[in-house]
Amino acid sequence: MIVTKNLSFSYGKNAFFSFPDVAVSSGSSLLITGGSGKGKTTLLHLLGGLLRPQEGEVFIDHTNIASLSEKKLDHYRGQHIGLVLQQAYFVASLNVLENVVLASWLTTGKKAKEKALQLLQQLGLQDHLQKQPSQLSIGQQQRVSIARALINEPKLLLADEPTSSLDDENAHRVAGMLAQLAKQYGTALVIVTHDQRLKDTFLNQISL
Amino acid sequence: MIARIAWKNIWFKPLNTLLSIILLTASVAIITLLILLEEQFEKQFDSNIDNIDLVLGAQGSPLQLILSAVYQVDAPTGNIDYTEAKTWMKHRFVQTAIPLAFGDNYKGFRIVGTTPNYLTVYGKGIKEGMPFSKNFDVVIGSAIAAKMNLKIGDTFFGSHGDAAEGELHENHAYTVTGIAATTGKVADNLILCNIQSVWAMHDEEGHEHAEGEAQNHEHEHDEEAITEDGKEITAVLIKFRSKMGIVMWPRLIAQNTKMQAASPAIEINRLFSLFGIGLQALQYLSYGIMFISGISIFIALYNTLKERKYEFALLRVNGASRLQLLWLVLIESMLLCITGFIFGTVVGRIGLSLISGSSESEFKMSFNPLEFVWQKEGYLFGLTIFVGILAAVIPAVKAYSLNISKTLANA
Repeated sequence: MIVTKNLSFSYGKNAFFSFPDVAVSSGSSLLITGGSGKGKTTLLHLLGGLLRPQEGEVFIDHTNIASLSEKKLDHYRGQHIGLVLQQAYFVASLNVLENVVLASWLTTGKKAKEKALQLLQQLGLQDHLQKQPSQLSIGQQQRVSIARALINEPKLLLADEPTSSLDDENAHRVAGMLAQLAKQYGTALVIVTHDQRLKDTFLNQISL
Repeated sequence: MIARIAWKNIWFKPLNTLLSIILLTASVAIITLLILLEEQFEKQFDSNIDNIDLVLGAQGSPLQLILSAVYQVDAPTGNIDYTEAKTWMKHRFVQTAIPLAFGDNYKGFRIVGTTPNYLTVYGKGIKEGMPFSKNFDVVIGSAIAAKMNLKIGDTFFGSHGDAAEGELHENHAYTVTGIAATTGKVADNLILCNIQSVWAMHDEEGHEHAEGEAQNHEHEHDEEAITEDGKEITAVLIKFRSKMGIVMWPRLIAQNTKMQAASPAIEINRLFSLFGIGLQALQYLSYGIMFISGISIFIALYNTLKERKYEFALLRVNGASRLQLLWLVLIESMLLCITGFIFGTVVGRIGLSLISGSSESEFKMSFNPLEFVWQKEGYLFGLTIFVGILAAVIPAVKAYSLNISKTLANA
């Protein structure tokens, strides 16, 4: 569950953003839309603890993440926040399975290999486990990053333009998987996008 | 796991990695080789001058005298009169005086006329058989016995001079009566006989050559009856009872005789200081190579940083701390350095064993590649690690202070 209050952020003098309050409960989802320059990514980074708000608070299950120290925040983020980006990034020298397992090791110190296998299978990637991420198609890469975002069963799953580089078929597939997995794991899902195709899948929407 | 990622990362760009490792290996190998060479060279040279305070020999270069009489690597400076030398050998300062007479060789191994004392003072005695007592009896060094496959009772002909290609003395064969114990010094590569054998061999040769011209030359067939009058030897190795001799003799000898007395310790020091310049130049060169390898690691890490900043941002998103990223970069550099160091020590030792092979045949000096000079090699390891840290420090700090939000937003 995530709740924000009076969030604002500015990049210097010229770019000031003030965001509407957001509340998403576990297992449900929210689509945040808006044109470019409206601060979609900034809001997402604030929610994910990648940026600290100038004012306001971000509560994830009653923890104000803006008040955590840098090191604690890194750890909290790894454990409780999953992030899917427009472009999927990987540790290029590790294979698909290792990349997913890595995310579990970084936060818990244990390698959740079984979990990773199960997630990857559910996302239809069981034949690509030993491949380098760069050998996969963009749609497949996006699915790997969903698996990686969910490996620690986070309380919050954030997706930044997860479908905008995908074709219609893949976009629907990825969006469907996001919605389904969020429900399955009881995760609050927040997607920011300008992608009109997602408006039918996610009914709970706000516009910046 | 961080170390595992680091390991995978360095092999993800094998060419960069290979370049860095090759450079490091080269510099570590050269420095290791120099460390071992210097250490063992000095040890070998020093061990051979144990028990030799001065060398008495013909006038000429003192260094040459030392190299020829002590190390058996140079040509002798000339001959000295045995009767004259003898008066000095009996001097009251002298503890032991061992005469040497060179003349022949067997397949490149010097045949040295001396007294059986040579083996007790400069060697470890005899391993098998008996010391030489009659003319043309020889005791061979243990290395010769092994290499030439000679046993007690075997006979061979010597050839004249220092070179194996010298004229063969076919009149008299030498008989092996004993094999000297292994010493690790020059004695292992010498063939020892009494001085009379050297004289006898050359008197007869001289006679035969001169036969046509000097009809009335008296032919001396009785080996035992060779007189010492007018006979020459090459050098005398002297150990003093009183250290006064070391100080006084060089001048005494120079003023009163046609001989010279040279101190091995002084000459060897002089030789080392000459070598020192060359060794130092090589050392600077290898430090230069190490510096370049440091730069190569730096460039490799720095260049990939641009592509890898997303990777780093991603690791942060997945819960890695900034310190873990710092470690990741440092460990990558460390892995390169440690790999380079290990290869370098091995390659340096392979180099040394190659050098040892050729130096043994040319200078009767062998090196042990398996020796470890812990202290100096420890310093070298420290230096290698230091270079690794230095090369990684800027990229590591950049990774540490990466702004993840900015990195991901600008994607």
